[in-house]
Amino acid sequence: MGKLVALTGNIAVATAMRQINPDVCAAYPITPSTQVMEQFSEYVADGLVDTELIATESEHSAMSACIGAAAAGGRVMTATSSQGLALMWEMLYIAAGMRFPITLACVNRALSAPINIHGDHSDSMGARDSGWIQIYAENAQEAYDNQIQTVRIAEHMDVRLPVMSCMDGFITSHAIDSLELLDDKTVRDFAGEYKATHPLLDVEHPVTYGALDLQDYFMEHKRAQAEAMKNSRKVILDVAREYKKLSGRGFEYFEEYYMDDAEIAIVILSSAAGTVKVVVDAMRAKGEKVGLLRPRVFRPFPYNELSDALSNVKAVAIMDRADSHGAEGGPLFMEFKSALYNNKKQPIMINKIFGLGGRDLMLPDIETVYRELRDIKNTGKIRTVSEYITVRGEEAAYGKA
Amino acid sequence: MKKGWKDLPIGGVILEAANTKKYATGDWRTFRPVIDLDKCTNCMRCWIFCPDSAVCLVDGKVNHFDYEHCKGCGICAVECPDNVKAITMIEEAKAKEGK
Ligand code: SF4
Ligand code: SF4
Repeated sequence: MGKLVALTGNIAVATAMRQINPDVCAAYPITPSTQVMEQFSEYVADGLVDTELIATESEHSAMSACIGAAAAGGRVMTATSSQGLALMWEMLYIAAGMRFPITLACVNRALSAPINIHGDHSDSMGARDSGWIQIYAENAQEAYDNQIQTVRIAEHMDVRLPVMSCMDGFITSHAIDSLELLDDKTVRDFAGEYKATHPLLDVEHPVTYGALDLQDYFMEHKRAQAEAMKNSRKVILDVAREYKKLSGRGFEYFEEYYMDDAEIAIVILSSAAGTVKVVVDAMRAKGEKVGLLRPRVFRPFPYNELSDALSNVKAVAIMDRADSHGAEGGPLFMEFKSALYNNKKQPIMINKIFGLGGRDLMLPDIETVYRELRDIKNTGKIRTVSEYITVRGEEAAYGKA
Repeated sequence: MKKGWKDLPIGGVILEAANTKKYATGDWRTFRPVIDLDKCTNCMRCWIFCPDSAVCLVDGKVNHFDYEHCKGCGICAVECPDNVKAITMIEEAKAKEGK
């Protein structure tokens, strides 16, 4: 049994980083992820870690420094949010393409404009094609647990890809939550020792990173990178299972809440799932067969497992905390639609865009979604495939219930 | 046979030091330098400035070009002193036709 503590999500993640003791952290502060590195810099100053902390002049430089440090052979970590992640964009693809197992704590926040510091998933969802593995946490406990697992996933020899560990800005990052910590030695042993494959600091074996790669080889390297992402599926499961043995906690690809006999369900990421659970409990108490599916791993997207999890449901609402303007719905919706395309049994699917820029999702809003799903189940009719909810000016009953 | 994706080192890393020699930068050349050894004073400016180490020496003297790596940038011809101008750039296609 670990130690029960009260921490913000940010400090929980900083604690996991302290316990892992990475070689290099390069970062630039940005709300709401600032506290991760602020706290971690105290650990550095207090001599609790051996980490070389590099305060860079921008996030582009932070990720560049991470890449350089990873090429040198170090275990490297950073944290960012929103515009910071956007400024890292170019380097995100380079980190993944060069196959550096860098880990990044992404504290989800809306992207400008208009400027907004609160949580939504537009930052990490925008980076979903960058080649990074993405894992989403519901609360501080899971953010801590995920952070510890990221190094094992990223550094596995079948993977060697960077991992983004996401939690919701403010709701998870700044609220104080009770959670259980593992002791330092247990975490350090679990994380293990990192062995870089071709470190630049090994001057006896000089190598070249970042060479020009034209028509003749580029596609082979991309194919190998795609395979690494494929391989990460098994590694993510193995690591989650090993961690569960150690801690008694955690999920694999996703969490199912009353999904066994659910006729209608909501699919939602991160902290909002906690609110949905309250509604599920209340509706279940009245005998309604409602369920919740909360994906933990978004990249690689567990197509088969997630579509199987929904195959017995009659109607489902995929709820996105990010939009993909011009597409038929949010990013999560599009993934589920393509995941279910080849399934014989398909639920009717609708999409709700919610919570942008930190807009609250209240219990009655969720209940309204379930009521709509119940009508769809009974009539087979969809009013609209995708829409914004809890937004002023829409006709629907959201926010009024 | 070139290697398939399973056999390449990951991330495009090159494990062999100093292997740019294997990269024939000469095959995209549109102009090639030719040297008039009668004019050349062997000041070595072309040798110093060539970005591809394609100016070749024989017995310590500038002698010819390594056309496998010379990319035809013309730096050598520009850098050859104005009162010498021993290097001329000629069209690669014409040179290949033997003109
Ligand atoms: S043309 Fe350029 S590459 Fe070729 S020998 Fe002259 S300087 Fe070198
Ligand atoms: S720069 Fe001109 S003169 Fe000097 S070595 Fe080269 S060809 Fe000869």
